[in-house]
Amino acid sequence: MIAEVMVTIVVISGIAAVLSALLNLSDALVNNYGRVKVTINKKREIEVDGGATLLSTLASEKIFVPSACGGKGSCGLCKVRVLTDIGPVFPTEITYLNKEEAESGVRLSCQIKVKKDTNIEIPEELFNIGEFKARVISLCDVTYDIKELNLMLEKDIEFKAGQYVQLIVPPYDKIRESTMRAYSISSPPFQRKVIQLLVRLVPNGAATTYIHKHMKKDEQLTILGSFGEFYLRESSADIIFVAGGSGMAPIKSIVQEMLRTGIERETYFFFGARGVADLMYTELFRRVEADHEHFHYVPALSAPEEDSDWKGDTGLITDVLDSYLTRQGDREREAYLCGSPGMIEACVNSVLKKHGVQEDMIFFDKFG
Amino acid sequence: MGVGLNPFVIMIAAALTSNMILSNFLGMCSFIAVSRDLKTANGLGLAVTFVLTFTSVLNHFVYYYVLVPLGLEYLRFIVFIVVIAAFVQLLEMVIDRFSPALYISLGIFLPLITVNCAILGGVLFMIIRDYSAMQGLLFGFGSGAGWWLAIIALAAIRGRLREKDIPPQLNGTGITLIIIGIMAMAFIGFSGMVPVR
Repeated sequence: MIAEVMVTIVVISGIAAVLSALLNLSDALVNNYGRVKVTINKKREIEVDGGATLLSTLASEKIFVPSACGGKGSCGLCKVRVLTDIGPVFPTEITYLNKEEAESGVRLSCQIKVKKDTNIEIPEELFNIGEFKARVISLCDVTYDIKELNLMLEKDIEFKAGQYVQLIVPPYDKIRESTMRAYSISSPPFQRKVIQLLVRLVPNGAATTYIHKHMKKDEQLTILGSFGEFYLRESSADIIFVAGGSGMAPIKSIVQEMLRTGIERETYFFFGARGVADLMYTELFRRVEADHEHFHYVPALSAPEEDSDWKGDTGLITDVLDSYLTRQGDREREAYLCGSPGMIEACVNSVLKKHGVQEDMIFFDKFG
Repeated sequence: MGVGLNPFVIMIAAALTSNMILSNFLGMCSFIAVSRDLKTANGLGLAVTFVLTFTSVLNHFVYYYVLVPLGLEYLRFIVFIVVIAAFVQLLEMVIDRFSPALYISLGIFLPLITVNCAILGGVLFMIIRDYSAMQGLLFGFGSGAGWWLAIIALAAIRGRLREKDIPPQLNGTGITLIIIGIMAMAFIGFSGMVPVR
């Protein structure tokens, strides 16, 4: 019995040893391309052993290009742009690339090997996604149901104004597992050490309840970031921002970033709320409006309190938006919307499309 | 089971009557994923044929000259997989280094089929049916050729479907699976042709 086990072990190890020796030998002789440099987004240079696929090379450097099939060439997700000439597109890639991609050097990173110094481009956010330890440095009410949360990070974070982070909330009370929720960063990207999030209390929401009722100053948290496609595009069209409630967060970040780069484009910020009690950062946006002739802040209340002396626009955000756009007439516009799915759909379908805003010029960030 | 059968009969049977994909449903993953484009499908078919032919013979020798004498037949699954994986890797490295043209038409497909179940299935059939080395060689080639034929046929059909008006819910994998089903039924038509399984 023991002898049989031993024989089995010896045979298996023997076969494995012979084969791996063969593989190692040929890896060293045939597949030896020496040390090569991979330059990513012209910013970071990594030096690696050549011969492996780009996907696994990047993964070994902790840069994770998404791949659902694990390198079998059957999902088409692991696209990167290769700027160095590394030969023609392989037949295994061609079905996953459209004409523009094939012409601009997009390749599937699981199919190509790193054999010489290579310049590549990956989506900025992949490069920037990282895990950050964060400390709560302040937590205060900006309205009766929205809190401003400021987090000090252990290291600098890079993000585009409008992107979001995932916040991991520890287990508490009856919630046994940690929950992960996405929150847009409301501070501008030039502020890299401290980020600000706006969190509205959602009734029975696991993460928001924790942030509102349990979170304490100096608490340690973990965030992942940064993600998202909701950021300002380069163009000369007018900018229409539409936000409701804590949907103001990414737009606040974008506007603060615009203050740094200069506001050249005609910009309207429509902020929808119920009453005066829901308004926040009014002074900030009023000051921006006073300092910049192209920036206009339009808060609109759907149900102002009876005892308030509200002089601004009243009505549903869709109606206010509609009347402003009608008054301005025909202009080229780019729209950025952030808030509840209902608000976004109503604005896009019944107002923006009616005023001829192209679908590819409408960007939104829906709160689930 | 296969003792004494003419190797060529076995080859025809493997390619048509007991087609690897359409009768045994092996290698389905890459069959669906890589059949969108005729040229790509052709390359993969070639690679499967090539690897199946060689690994059949290779594993035949490993089985009858190493595992059987030592009484370790039950280790065949793990040993076969390891041999296939190593062979494919080796082949890929060599082709990549020495023949860029061949790499584009054949080599690039090799990693895709390292763990393809059609390859392992082919080798196991060969062992279960007691084929000789010569029978194994032609069985491997026939199985690969059958798989090749099937994927080219499917890719050609999918190419035609591109302009057709398919209900959106079925488009893509859905309609492909239906087509494969119909193709499998059509291949049953071959079953009377050769009197072996």
